[in-house]
Amino acid sequence: MSEQKPCRSELLEWINIVSFAVDDVKLFLDTHPCSAEALEYFEEFKKQRIQALKEYAKYYGPLTVDTASPCSDHWTWIHEPWPWQKGGC
Amino acid sequence: MWNYEKRLQYPVNITQTNPKIAQVIISQFGGPDGELAASMRYLSQRYTMPYNEVTGILTDIGTEELAHMEIICAIIHQLTRDLTPEQLEKSGFDKYYVDHTLALWPQSAGGAPWTATYFQSKGDPITDLHEDMAADGTIL
Repeated sequence: MSEQKPCRSELLEWINIVSFAVDDVKLFLDTHPCSAEALEYFEEFKKQRIQALKEYAKYYGPLTVDTASPCSDHWTWIHEPWPWQKGGC
Repeated sequence: MWNYEKRLQYPVNITQTNPKIAQVIISQFGGPDGELAASMRYLSQRYTMPYNEVTGILTDIGTEELAHMEIICAIIHQLTRDLTPEQLEKSGFDKYYVDHTLALWPQSAGGAPWTATYFQSKGDPITDLHEDMAADGTIL
């Protein structure tokens, strides 16, 4: 089964979107720890974020230490551009 | 502890060099109301905050301020990238350049170095929260 390679910029934009959702609802939950609606929102976007980060790491290298693949034969963390550089995230 | 995530919280893609604007924006890095001061303020105050809700939010916002600092630094870096000697002199960026070249160094737009006196940490929750509201009122 062949999987289609996702567009890098689109996938990165999606990671930024779902990550912001997670960050923001996390702050809300700090002061509203019993909000069922916020808890559900957090779970949903956390799931999407983990999925997107895994997908990104598979094709374009890891953005987090947890998605740095143990299977690859070299350390890709320093090869991909840093976020402030051209072609970075 | 902290983990680094290799992306900006919000992307920065500046294509035009502009050292004049960079000299103003640098205050948001190392100025009195900049991101570095904001992060250090929250991360310092949290140890004596007696409410878990507030300790949590100080930790998480203090962390997020570091991500904001990285965005600002990326903006300054990209605004001063590929700077020509003419642009350097004409923009007034030469005064920064003589000490730091194109490296990032936390200072205010007026050239004052970043200092811990930009924030307060007193151990009294009302005092510290007032300090936070004065400094960064739209968030807390």
